[in-house]
Amino acid sequence: MVARTPAWKRYNWRVIWLSLAYAILLIAAVYGFKHKLIPPALTYPVAILPALPIIGLFAAMGRYLVEETDEYVRMLIVRQMLWAMGFALSCATIWGFLESFDLVGHVDGYYVVIAWYFGLGVGSIVNKLTVGEGGC
Amino acid sequence: MENRLRLLRAERNWSQQDLGERLEVSRQSVNAIETGKYDPSLPLAFRIAELFDLPIEDIFVSPSRRASKAI
Repeated sequence: MVARTPAWKRYNWRVIWLSLAYAILLIAAVYGFKHKLIPPALTYPVAILPALPIIGLFAAMGRYLVEETDEYVRMLIVRQMLWAMGFALSCATIWGFLESFDLVGHVDGYYVVIAWYFGLGVGSIVNKLTVGEGGC
Repeated sequence: MENRLRLLRAERNWSQQDLGERLEVSRQSVNAIETGKYDPSLPLAFRIAELFDLPIEDIFVSPSRRASKAI
């Protein structure tokens, strides 16, 4: 587990608020589409609304890296993120080819974010095995 | 990178947490530097040297000099 630095605590608060915003916007968008409350001109903007807090999570991670003053902790997190990126892109690539050859069903593109977060866990295990510290 | 950080810290009866607070880094960072798992940046190496009032080369062993001694 990574050290609870002030930057890390700020990042956690941002994640909590963004997750709350995501839940509210997702519920609102699903409700709106299900009950046909969205005017045709607003369908695209409303469909994109739940994506905005997720994009905010990426921005929060970037901001955390900028704000983190403990260089060793920052290095651990960067290593984790690189593993997460490699893991998520590999999953997306493999799934893409399997889907192209009609071997698996379609999966919505935003699942790559879930794979990325899962990849952070992979990165944490790699950090633990190689430098003895997990990360986030 | 090999270094004398653990020895210098022990001479002052500081824990890793104490040293971390003085350097404004985490205890994990101090541990990683002491055990040679992580090489500090030049600014952090200077902060360490200034804290102990020693030149950097009296705390950190130059890898190239260490290699030439081994030969």
